Amino acid sequence: MAGGGNNEEELSPDDEHIISASEEEDGSDDESKHAKLLEAISSLGKRKRMKRTERSEASVQVSEFSVNADGTGEKVNLSDLLGTMDKTPGAPNKTKQQLKNLQNRKETLELPLSKQQTEKIQREVAYDKSSKEVSRWETVITQNQKAEQLVFPLRQDPTGPKRMEQVVAGWKAKTPLEKEIFSLLHSNNQPIHDPLLTPAEEASIKAMSLEEAKIRQAEFRKARVLQSYYEAKARRERKIKSKKYHKLQKKAKVKAFLKQFDEMMKTDPAGALEELKKMELSRMQERMSLKHQNSGKWAKSKAIMAKYDDAARKAMQEQLEMNKQLTQKLVVPSDDDDDEERNVEEADALPDFVNDPEPILDSVNPWMRGKLTQEHSEPEVTAVATETADEEEEENEEEKLLREFERKRKLRQDEDDDLVPVPQEEKQEEVAGENVIQISDDEDKEEEEEEVVVSEFNSLFNRLMKSSSVPPVPEQTGAEEAELLDEGLVRVRTMDDLEALQQDVVMDTTQPAPASATPAPSMETTSEPPKKKKKKKGIDPNEVLTKEAKVIKMPLAPTVVEEEEEEVHAEQTAIIKEAFAGDDVISDFLKDKRKQEKAGQAEVVDLTLPGWGEWGGVGLKPSKRKRRKFRLKAPAPPLRKDQNLPDVIISEKRNSSVANHQVSQLPFPFQNSTQFESCVRFPVGQTWNTQTTFRKLTAPKVVTKMGAIIEPMSKEDLPPVKESSGAGSGATIVLGEKVEEETKKARRRNPLQKKKKKSRQ
Amino acid sequence: MKVKVLCRNPDDYVRETTRDIQRVPRNYDPTIHPFEVSREYTRALNATKLERIFAKPFVASLDGHRDGINCLAKHAKTLSVVLSGACDGEVKIWNLSKRECMRTIQAHEGFVRGICSRFCGSSFFTVGDDKTVKQWNMEPPGRGLQEEPLNTILGKAVYTGIDHHQTEGTFATCGQTVDIWDEQRSSPIRSFSWGVDSFSCVRYNPVETELLASCASDRSIILYDMRESAPLKKIIMQLRSNTLCWNPMEAYNFTCSNEDYNLYTYDMRRLDVPVTVHMDHVSAVLDVDYSPTGKEFVSASFDKTIRIFPKNSGHSREVYHTKRMQHVICVKWSADNKYILSGSDEMNIRLWKANASEKLGLLTPREKAALNYNQKLRDKFQHHPQVRRIARHRHLPRDLFKQKRELREMKEARRRKAQNVRKHSKPGSVPLVTEKEKHVVSVVE
Repeated sequence: MAGGGNNEEELSPDDEHIISASEEEDGSDDESKHAKLLEAISSLGKRKRMKRTERSEASVQVSEFSVNADGTGEKVNLSDLLGTMDKTPGAPNKTKQQLKNLQNRKETLELPLSKQQTEKIQREVAYDKSSKEVSRWETVITQNQKAEQLVFPLRQDPTGPKRMEQVVAGWKAKTPLEKEIFSLLHSNNQPIHDPLLTPAEEASIKAMSLEEAKIRQAEFRKARVLQSYYEAKARRERKIKSKKYHKLQKKAKVKAFLKQFDEMMKTDPAGALEELKKMELSRMQERMSLKHQNSGKWAKSKAIMAKYDDAARKAMQEQLEMNKQLTQKLVVPSDDDDDEERNVEEADALPDFVNDPEPILDSVNPWMRGKLTQEHSEPEVTAVATETADEEEEENEEEKLLREFERKRKLRQDEDDDLVPVPQEEKQEEVAGENVIQISDDEDKEEEEEEVVVSEFNSLFNRLMKSSSVPPVPEQTGAEEAELLDEGLVRVRTMDDLEALQQDVVMDTTQPAPASATPAPSMETTSEPPKKKKKKKGIDPNEVLTKEAKVIKMPLAPTVVEEEEEEVHAEQTAIIKEAFAGDDVISDFLKDKRKQEKAGQAEVVDLTLPGWGEWGGVGLKPSKRKRRKFRLKAPAPPLRKDQNLPDVIISEKRNSSVANHQVSQLPFPFQNSTQFESCVRFPVGQTWNTQTTFRKLTAPKVVTKMGAIIEPMSKEDLPPVKESSGAGSGATIVLGEKVEEETKKARRRNPLQKKKKKSRQ
Repeated sequence: MKVKVLCRNPDDYVRETTRDIQRVPRNYDPTIHPFEVSREYTRALNATKLERIFAKPFVASLDGHRDGINCLAKHAKTLSVVLSGACDGEVKIWNLSKRECMRTIQAHEGFVRGICSRFCGSSFFTVGDDKTVKQWNMEPPGRGLQEEPLNTILGKAVYTGIDHHQTEGTFATCGQTVDIWDEQRSSPIRSFSWGVDSFSCVRYNPVETELLASCASDRSIILYDMRESAPLKKIIMQLRSNTLCWNPMEAYNFTCSNEDYNLYTYDMRRLDVPVTVHMDHVSAVLDVDYSPTGKEFVSASFDKTIRIFPKNSGHSREVYHTKRMQHVICVKWSADNKYILSGSDEMNIRLWKANASEKLGLLTPREKAALNYNQKLRDKFQHHPQVRRIARHRHLPRDLFKQKRELREMKEARRRKAQNVRKHSKPGSVPLVTEKEKHVVSVVE
C-alpha cells in the first residue's frame, strides 16, 4: 500500500494546480469554464487510470512485469481471510466450523529445524542413496577380481558380420572416382548398403554373450543340418519308383494312423470321433465310386490275363482288398479293426474267377480259399485274423527286404568304416520308420559309392583301409574303450589340479572304477605295478643287490646295435671288470647304509647305578631287575624313507646349501604346506605339457590390445538390475523405488529436464 | 640284431615350409621327467635375472617448457597426444610418438593450475592463476592466426583444478568452492562449499559419472553428487591430501595422495577406515593416477621418485628415478596401460614404461609365449628366497636410501614407545590403534 500512497501524493498537487487554474479564469466564461472543468476532471480520471508505476530505483516491491504490486508489503492475516469466509454463502458449514476451531486453538507449531541440521539430514540421505547406487557395481568388481584373465578394453567390437553402415561410417569418398560413384548412387537413390542383419537380429546378438552365441550358433547349425538332411531324404523318397516300396510305406502309414487312432480314443475321444467321421466320409465316397471295383480299363485287361497270370490275379485281389477295407462299416469304434460286415453287393460285382481258390495254396491266407458268400456269415474274429494274417505276410516280405538291406549295409560298412554307424535299436521299433531310414541309408551309401568311384584316390585309400582293417564291430568297441581311457589320460595331463597323476592311480587301485560298466583292460595294467611292488617288498634287498642288475634299455637310447659293437662292448666290460676286481662296491654301499641307519637310531640309555639299594663292589653286578628297570629304551625313530629301497640312501638331514633355495615360511595365499608344494611341483613348461595346456597355464592375467584406449567401465557393463517383486507390505516401497528409477531414466534421457529440476530444488 | 625305429633326424623328414621350426618330438610321460621342479626353478631364476637386466623403464624426455610443469592431461581419444601446463602459464601439446612439441599456447598469466581434455577430444580446458577458465580448440589455428581460446570465463577467485565429465558437456572446477559448469553457460550451474577455504583437486568418478570428490586444504576429502544440492560426506585426515584419483574399474574406490608420505585407498561407502595404506615414499606425495585397467596406480612425490603400487598392496612394486629428475609434480598413466608420464620441477616431461622390462613393439607369437612363460615362472617361484631377492632389488639414490632408513627407524621408535606406554599403563586404557585407523581424524556427515 505504501507505493500506492506515494502515487496519490504525487498526483494530488497536480490536481490542485489544475483546479486553481480553472478558478482563475472564472470570470470570462462560465460555460466554457464548466466544460473545461468537466474536461479536466475527465482527463484527470483518464490520466489516473493510465498512470503506471515506473521502476526508477531498485526495490522489491515493484514487479517486473509492469503490474502494480500494490499490497506486497502487507501481511495477510488469517482472520482477514476468515472474515470473508464467513460472508461467503457458498462455503459449507463444516469447513467454517473447522476454521473456527483452528482459530480458537492456542498451541504453537514446533520450530523448523535449523539450517545446519536440515543440511545434515539432506547430506545423509543423499550419501546413502549414492552409496547404494555405487554398490550395484560390487558383483562386477568381485567378478573381475576373481577372473583368471581380464582382457582390455572391456568392450571389444563384437565379432561376426558387421552391417555395411558400420563399416562405411568412418570412411569417406576421397578420390574423384569414388566421389563420382557416390554422387551417382545418391542421385539415383540407390541403396548404398543392404542390411546384413535386421535390427532385431542385431539386438539379439548384442544381448548375447560370446559363449551363448556360440552355443546358439551350434544349435542353429545342428537344426539346419537336420532340416537339410530330412529334406534330402524326402526328396530321395519321392524319387523312388519302386511300387513295392511305396506300398509298404503306405501300409506303414495306415498302421501308424491306426495306432494313433487307438491312442486318440483313450486320450481325446472328440478327436477320435471326428476321425471316425472322416473315415465314414471316405467310405461313402468309395461306395459311390467305382474306383477299386475292377471295372476300369486296366482291371478289365487284367481280368483277361488273370486266368493265366498270377501277378495279375494278385493285383486284382489287392484292388478288391482296398475296396473292402474302404467300404467296411465302422460300427464299433473301440475295435482296432473296423471291419465287421462285408458288403455282399460289392462282391457280386466281381468276376467269379477272382474268388476261385487259387492253384497255389497260400497257407497264410486261408480265407482266399473260401467264397465271398461264405464270408458274409463269418464272425468278426476271423475277419480280424485274416487281416492280421495278411499283414503278417506283408511283413514277411518287408522283413526280407530289410534283411536284404541289412546285408547290403553291412557290406558297405565293411567297405568304408568311416560311416556313422546306424543305431541298431531302431530296427525293433516301427517297421515303417526303419524301412525309410534304411532305404535312405542304402541310397546314401550308393551315392557315396559313386563318389568313391569318381575319386580314384579315395578308392585306393579305401582298399588300403579294407586290407588293413579289422572286422568293424570289435574295432568299434576297442575304439570306444580307447576313447574312454584317453579321456582319463588327458584329464590327468591337462588338469591344473594339484596331485595329478598319483592320486588318480591311487583311486584306481583302491576302488574298482564305479562308472565303467566294462572294465577296460588297460586299467588293469595301470593297477598292476603297485601289486608288483608289494611283492618286491618281501624280497631280501641283499639278494636283489647281489644279483646282476638287468640292463634297462631306455626308449630314447639308440636301439640300433650292431653285433660287432656288442663284441667290442663285451671286451670293454671284461677290461673294466679286471680293473676293478678288488672293489666290492655293493657291499661297501650296504655297510654304509647300515651305519647310517644305526646312527639314526637312538641308543639305549643305561641309568643303573651299582650299589644303590643292594650291595656293590668288585665283581658284583646290579641285579637283573634293576638293570631292566633303569635301562631306558628310546622311542623308535621314524621310519626311514629308504627303508624299502635297497639301493638308495636318503639323507634326512637338513642341507644348508639347499636351504638357501627353500621357502622358509608358508607364503600368504596358501593354507598349508602341501598346497604350496603341490603348486610348485606341477610344471608349467612346454617340456612337460602339451602345447594347449602350456598356453592355458601361461596365459597372462591381464591382456591389453596394442594401441587401444582402455575406457573406464561404463554403465553398459553393469548387469541388469533384477526387479524385486515385493508384495503386500513392501508395495509402497517398491512403488517409491520404481518412481526413483523412472526419474533416473528420465534424467538420463533428458539432461535438460534434469537441470530444470535442479533449478527448482 | 637290427631294430628299426621311427626316424628322429630332422634332416630326414619334410617340413611344410623351410621356415617352419624344427619339430621336437616329446614324450610327456611324467615318469621320465624326474627333475621338472628343479629345472623350472632354474628357469625361474634365470627369468627373474633377465627381467632385472632388461628393466630399463625410461623411454624419453620431452623438454621445451620454460618453467616447472604443473599439470598434465591425456587426450581423451588419441594415445599419442599429451597436454601439459607449466608454472609460467604456458600450455604445450606434445606428440609422444614423435617426441616433439606440436603446439605452444600462452594460456594464462601465472600458473596453469589445471588442464583437462573434453571427453570427445575436440577441445581442452585450462584454469590458471588469473582466475579464468579457458576452453581451447584441440586443432591448431590456421597459418598466421593467433591462438585464441574458444571460450573464456572470468571467475571471482583463483581456480586450482579442473576435471571434465565423462560423457556430458559439464565440467567441475575447484578453488574457493567446487563449481559445476555447463559448457554453454558462463556461470556455474551448481557450487558446493562446506566451510572450507580452498580446494586443491577435484575429480569426477569415471564410472558413476555423477559423483565427484575433492581435496580441501583443511585436510579433508569431500564427496559430491552432481545431482544433489549439497555435498555427501567429508573425511578429515591428519594431514592434507594433495590429489585423488578414482579407480576407473571400481566405481567406489579412490586413492588419495597425502602430505604424510602415504597414499590411502578408500571405499566411498566406508570412509572411516581406508581400505589400504600405501607407504614407501619418503616425502609428500603430490599426484596419483590409476592405470586404465584399475589394477595399479602410479604416484609422484616430492622425493623425486615415481612409484607404482598394486591397488591392494601396501608397498610399491616399482620405483623410478633419475639423477636429473627433481620433485615430480604430476603424473599420468597412458590409456593403453603401457606408459607413464611424469612432469617435474625441472621443466621436463618424462615417458616411462609401466612395466619396466617389457619389450616394446610387436612380438612374434613365440616371443610372446616365452615372455608369458617367464612371467608365469616368476609368479610361481616368487616366494623362493633367491628369486625374491633378485626380483625385489632396486637401486635408490643414497640420500633417498638414508631418508628411508631414517623413517623406518623413526617408525620403529614410535611403535616401541607406544608398546611401552601400553605396557606400563592400566590394561585397556591405551587402545591398540591399527595403522589404518591412525590417519583418519573424523568423518563428518
